[in-house]
Amino acid sequence: MSAVMMTSQPVSLDLQARQVRKFKLQDTIFHQVTLLFAMIVLAALAGILIALALEALPAFREFGAAFLWTNVWNVPEEQFGALSAIYGTVVSSVIALFIAVPVSFGIALFLTETCPVWLRRPLGTAIELLAGVPSIIYGIWGLFVFAPLFARHVQPYLQTLFGDLPVIGGWFAGPPIGVGILTAGIVLSLMVIPFVASVMRDVFETVPAQLKESAYGIGCTTWEVVTGVVLPYTRVGVIGGIMLGLGRALGETMAVTFVIGNANRIVGSLFAPGTSIASTLANEFGEANPGLHISALFALGLVLFVITFVVLAISRWLVRRGIARQGI
Amino acid sequence: MNRYSRRILTNRIGIGLSMAAMTFGLLALLWILWTLFYNGFAALSWDLFTQDTPAPGSEGGGLRNAIVGSLLIVGVTTLVSTPIGILAGIYLAEFGSRSRFAATTRFVTDIMLSAPSIVVGLFVYALAVATLGGFSGWAGSLALSLIAIPVVVRTTENMLLLVPGSLREAAFAVGAPHWQVSLKVTLPAVKAGVLTGILLAIARVTGETAPLLFTALNNQFYSTDMSQPMGNLPVVIFQFAMSPYDNWVNLAWGGALLIALMVLAINIVARVLFRKKSSD
Amino acid sequence: MSALQQAVDGEAILAVRDLSFYYGDFRGLNQVSLDILKNKVTAFIGPSGCGKSTLLRTFNRMYDLYPGQRAEGQIIFHGSNLLDRKQDVNLLRARIGMVFQKPTPFPMTIYENIAFGVRLYEPLAKSDMDERVEWALRKAALWEETRNKLQQSGLSLSGGQQQRLCIARTIAVKPDVVLLDEPTSALDPLSTAKIEELINELKSEYSIAIVTHNMQQAARISDYTAFMYIGELIEFGNTRELFVKPKQQHTEDYITGRFG
Repeated sequence: MSAVMMTSQPVSLDLQARQVRKFKLQDTIFHQVTLLFAMIVLAALAGILIALALEALPAFREFGAAFLWTNVWNVPEEQFGALSAIYGTVVSSVIALFIAVPVSFGIALFLTETCPVWLRRPLGTAIELLAGVPSIIYGIWGLFVFAPLFARHVQPYLQTLFGDLPVIGGWFAGPPIGVGILTAGIVLSLMVIPFVASVMRDVFETVPAQLKESAYGIGCTTWEVVTGVVLPYTRVGVIGGIMLGLGRALGETMAVTFVIGNANRIVGSLFAPGTSIASTLANEFGEANPGLHISALFALGLVLFVITFVVLAISRWLVRRGIARQGI
Repeated sequence: MNRYSRRILTNRIGIGLSMAAMTFGLLALLWILWTLFYNGFAALSWDLFTQDTPAPGSEGGGLRNAIVGSLLIVGVTTLVSTPIGILAGIYLAEFGSRSRFAATTRFVTDIMLSAPSIVVGLFVYALAVATLGGFSGWAGSLALSLIAIPVVVRTTENMLLLVPGSLREAAFAVGAPHWQVSLKVTLPAVKAGVLTGILLAIARVTGETAPLLFTALNNQFYSTDMSQPMGNLPVVIFQFAMSPYDNWVNLAWGGALLIALMVLAINIVARVLFRKKSSD
Repeated sequence: MSALQQAVDGEAILAVRDLSFYYGDFRGLNQVSLDILKNKVTAFIGPSGCGKSTLLRTFNRMYDLYPGQRAEGQIIFHGSNLLDRKQDVNLLRARIGMVFQKPTPFPMTIYENIAFGVRLYEPLAKSDMDERVEWALRKAALWEETRNKLQQSGLSLSGGQQQRLCIARTIAVKPDVVLLDEPTSALDPLSTAKIEELINELKSEYSIAIVTHNMQQAARISDYTAFMYIGELIEFGNTRELFVKPKQQHTEDYITGRFG
């Protein structure tokens, strides 16, 4: 094959053939090595699932699937059920999204539609930087600054406002001690707002300018353009962004652990201290007794991982679909 | 006319609410930062950097052991996750256009980007701590690496996909083998972007607390031995903030400020770097 | 309407026979046959999408990079079919160089841009490499502008200079054939003139195939011209003849601007 290559070439045939062989070998190694490293990432996920499942096995063997819906967490008696932690995780995250979604939407709307151009970049960058602030900062602020203020000024006010209503009154019952599920939800919301807002802004920016301009062109107001054009166009991506925020909130440890109160029980009131899966792990794992207690904690971790995995998988799928649609 | 003024009113209310949301968000976040700076700067002193964390009940103290521990753990994390992340990213960009394995890896990496970090801590505990002789700085670095790697993988892949096809083809056109095209041409072409990804990964893990709680644990004393439990800022902040001692709480604020400043600085450097590159 | 036997005489460096090309199920080239003559400039013209770039990219098997693209037929190069599976593509590409539409300097110094390709198959000593770099830059009429900044990044050059650097890089490897894929379409008229001058000088040592959307350019610099349309070779022959008295109605319509 390379005999013909030699014509007019000063380089020896032998050398070229050797180089060709060398490159072939090097490329094979290169391919395999990068493949190996890609596998590490996959292996990590499989490893997490397997490790958690193995360690959680004794707890599930002892309590069965009822572990998921039993409301008991008694360390001395070795009786464990995940319900109170799941309840706290879900309720605090729902509260967080309840606050964060409208605020993030407002911020994204402001940044893409109404903000003066010279302010867009600095404000957008500020929001992005805040999304990078470690969650422990939110936690310690919540514990030392927000919770006391909340207990003194906001909680009593909420009680006089809603206390007498049926059902809703129950949410705000109990002593206003500052820490609790509601506080955790609020601190969580502040943590996810920058994150959800910047995802929403990115999604809004995928709307083609001509589309918006034609809506403005027939006399739409900004609000009508947003609700009539931008939102329908980006619906899938926006929901994906919200789910991404939900995934973050469900798995957050530090912003929650400081302010949720850490009590393994379910009380109807949002003022009452509760716990979440992540905060239970953070508080108890370090000093857990080997055996059933530690296994139950692993089981909690597995539950958390599965829940967030599902939420994140859906959100990724939606965000992908949203972006793919915009590509058409 | 009535209908028109109603539309205008709706618009005004909508815009007003969005501005209110922006103001609310900014004020809340400024409030948090202000408290952090106010309490953090009050806690800053020479002792913070020269003394180790105090025993319960004793006066004063600093964060030297925790600062050094954090730097070591994060440093090792960077050294481990950078090559792994870049090589895996290269695989996805260069060989992963059609394979199912690559699509799965990409999906999993996306999930890992937002997976609960405390679960990663549990995993490393089960994998390394429980089996290989206890809590250690190495275990802490391993846990943080699992969080950093997906960030590096995804930025590397995304950056490589931005390389113009013609540059890649031009490198092949001189007869270069694939590995040289990747490592000597396309990767250097997006150096700044990849570096940005690495910096963002470092910023991300610098403040991570949850995965260190049951891996690196904590160490009250100064130690540079990665095979032993190791002091680190996030865990110290967590423990000290929850404590009843005033000087501990004070140190927690100081530590929180240090971490926040470090993370912000890295983020800003990453942005400047990337912006400079993209304006070329 | 076979364009198989055209009146082109001389020693062929590349002999294309019954070449068809597929993007998945879509046929981009249909039964193309022609000769690229040694030490001549062959130009490919035709409306966009006619397959002229596709044809050029089969010569160095650039399509190999993309799954789903494949070529059928023969391209004889030094006595063997370069489409053959056994053909090593890296070596082939070192023998058949290519310059692209947009300048593509590698992200390294000017010196390294040129040494990179040479080093692949020739282990030159430092002084020999210095000589080779200078030789290539002189050939590409870039030496005077860069002799004092060889250690600067190739990206620091202007667009026209970058394109000449890419040409220098290609000829530094001493290929038999140089493929040029619309090399001046991203350049200003002055840089274009320089590149055209360069092509004219290079043909004494290299066989050149150039794709251009600019008919005047084809007329100015090429010895032979191929007119392509929707994946077919419509007409191929001496440039002057093709432009002055085209044999095919299609060709005439195109070069007189009636379509395209």
